[in-house]
Amino acid sequence: MISAQLPILQVLLPLLAAPLCAILRGRALPHALSVGTVLLSLLVTVGLLIRVESTGTISYAIGGWPPPIGIEYRVDQLSVIVLLIIQGVAAAVLVGGGASIVREIEATRAPLFYALFLLNLTGLTGMVLTGDLFNLFVFLEISSLSTYVLVALGTDRRALLAAYQYLVIGTVGATFYVIGVGLLYMMTGTLNMADLADRVAGVEESTTIRTAFAFMIIGIGVKLGMMPVHFWLPNAYARAPSVVSAFLAATSTKVAVYIMLRVVFEIFGVPMFLATHLSEIIIGLGILAMVVASVTAIFQDDVKRLLAYSSLAQIGYILFAFGLATEPGVTASVLHLFNHGLMKGALFLALAAVALRAGRTRRTDLDGLGQAMPLTMLGFTLAGLSLIGVPGTVGFISKWYLLEAAFDRDGFIIAAIILGSSLLAILYVWPLVERAYFRKRDPALPPVEEAPLPMLIGIWLLVGANLLFGVWPDLATGLAERSALLLLGGAR
Amino acid sequence: MDFPGLFNYWVVMVLMMIGLYIVISDRNLVKKIVGLNIFQVSVFVFYITMGKVDGGTAPIIGEGIEVYSNPLPHVLILTAIVVGIATTALALALLVRIQDEFGSVDEDAIQKLESRQ
Amino acid sequence: MHDHIILRVITKLLMPFIFLFALYVQFHGDYGPGGGFQAGVIFATGLILYALIFGLRSAKKVTPPRVLRVQLALGVLLYAGVGVVGIMSGAEYLNYDVLAEDAHSGQHLGILLVELGVGLTVSAAMTLIFFLFAGQEQ
Repeated sequence: MISAQLPILQVLLPLLAAPLCAILRGRALPHALSVGTVLLSLLVTVGLLIRVESTGTISYAIGGWPPPIGIEYRVDQLSVIVLLIIQGVAAAVLVGGGASIVREIEATRAPLFYALFLLNLTGLTGMVLTGDLFNLFVFLEISSLSTYVLVALGTDRRALLAAYQYLVIGTVGATFYVIGVGLLYMMTGTLNMADLADRVAGVEESTTIRTAFAFMIIGIGVKLGMMPVHFWLPNAYARAPSVVSAFLAATSTKVAVYIMLRVVFEIFGVPMFLATHLSEIIIGLGILAMVVASVTAIFQDDVKRLLAYSSLAQIGYILFAFGLATEPGVTASVLHLFNHGLMKGALFLALAAVALRAGRTRRTDLDGLGQAMPLTMLGFTLAGLSLIGVPGTVGFISKWYLLEAAFDRDGFIIAAIILGSSLLAILYVWPLVERAYFRKRDPALPPVEEAPLPMLIGIWLLVGANLLFGVWPDLATGLAERSALLLLGGAR
Repeated sequence: MDFPGLFNYWVVMVLMMIGLYIVISDRNLVKKIVGLNIFQVSVFVFYITMGKVDGGTAPIIGEGIEVYSNPLPHVLILTAIVVGIATTALALALLVRIQDEFGSVDEDAIQKLESRQ
Repeated sequence: MHDHIILRVITKLLMPFIFLFALYVQFHGDYGPGGGFQAGVIFATGLILYALIFGLRSAKKVTPPRVLRVQLALGVLLYAGVGVVGIMSGAEYLNYDVLAEDAHSGQHLGILLVELGVGLTVSAAMTLIFFLFAGQEQ
């Protein structure tokens, strides 16, 4: 009977573990409980993957109230691929991040830190699973509120400002989303996504629906780090505790992209997306992000901030492919969403190891780490190569699909921009690798040693995934292709 | 346009713009939170107005009552109010910490402090 | 506030009614307007009033923050636990029908327990928030 309950267990496990963590004392118990929970959750995700692959979309009615009246949880290929990245990164980060959490989070705050981390996981998971727009808002706020606190826990006092800035802009974004949902509800009288898709069709031309569309896109765009409303992201990623950066960078914007995909293609449909010229706008913003954020990344001194700008650029790729609204485009978008999560998870976790051993994460702190922390830096380098898109890594698969999507629409100029942006990626990744392997560490600084074993396991799990899905991409590409079919197949 | 009929929606829009303007323009971090609250309240009013049915009463079954207001938007907004409280509490807590660390809640003063370092 | 005899007496008189009203809103919530959130807030206002008049220290003796933190977690666990009972009985999460012999009393029991969980959490959270902000100077 357990297999029928898998969708709810996915949300319930971290939700139940979070208050338990808050009651517990010390570091060891909450850590053990959280690690156990995320590992179990990962198993549940694998279970969902197997079920979805064999039987297709799963629908789960909360409380036994059938949709569209009750809240429905829906699991399809798209949800599963996003769940995989969330749960996988959460497991790797918590398994590997123990030492980093000990260093960066005070002992008295540790239980609450774990509780918040699990709540964040609950929120992200819930957003992916739910088929109800307002329920989605609730999960969005659960994950957002916990994120604000997690960012504020950073060691630097400027983390507080970053958290505040994120809170203000994030709340405005979420409220925009709620306004959009309200307008939709006014016109259709339903909140269930599948039901909405049918009912919007009748009133597509009305101004109310268009307004709802605009509000929702901007609201989600804030969460996603879309270019003109992205400014919270570098600060939040750079100043949050290292482990939190790794988790956020790999998951939170991805979930926002997921919601964007669902809202745009399932509820409003491709014709409206094209008719409102949103397609061109989003492609434009995506290209802008690819270029501007990549160039900005080159000039950053703090490596965490550099990677945050690189994240913005990568979101640009995802948005551009999404904006094409073609089948290869959406496939590439979903695929890059998954692959980028793997790359950034690995890079930020390796950086957490650097912060743990070298104390800080400025460029100069990487000097000579290739000899001192060979395994960590090898992982960092491989993940960096993946970011650039070297064959044999997931980055290459992403780039391949992105280029295919661009050529599909005869976008030779766009293809050239994608390649150019990859060259920019070399410009910001390669100096770091060079410093790690060809420079000597300042002898005045204390010597560093290799990261602890659990951390190496976490890093190499993610790096291994980068290589595995780079050599054997069938699982991810298959899921992405079927997600695109589902999303666009439902389009009218 | 039927002005009095859409009175509530006008109020919503005015409140929304006032709130958003304060969030964007004010340099005092506490006032920004006040603006954020006004902005959120406008959405609460919007949902509550949406749920009201002309001539409808509170949705409790009673004798001789035929028309009820739609309770769903009201329930939704109760959730949103709770979220709003959590956000405000968290924002104020952050501000207390910012005041402790920087000695000010003014954006300009904090920026000056930061750039000097 | 030790010299304000009127405030102290009135507060003592008011507090039972505030708590009683909170409990009324809590347990009447399944048939009329009310419910856990409102009840929790009203309950917390009683405690906050007490803290305002008799001082934070005595209020913390009545409801130690450590206890509130546990109460906070217990409320969430109670809510989620009711849902888990549904799963254990082979139905969906939060399906109240299976909580008692017939669906009607099951729904009744379910909503009562869930709202109790909400009430516990909200009253604890509100009081804790007040304690934290009020305790700044100390």
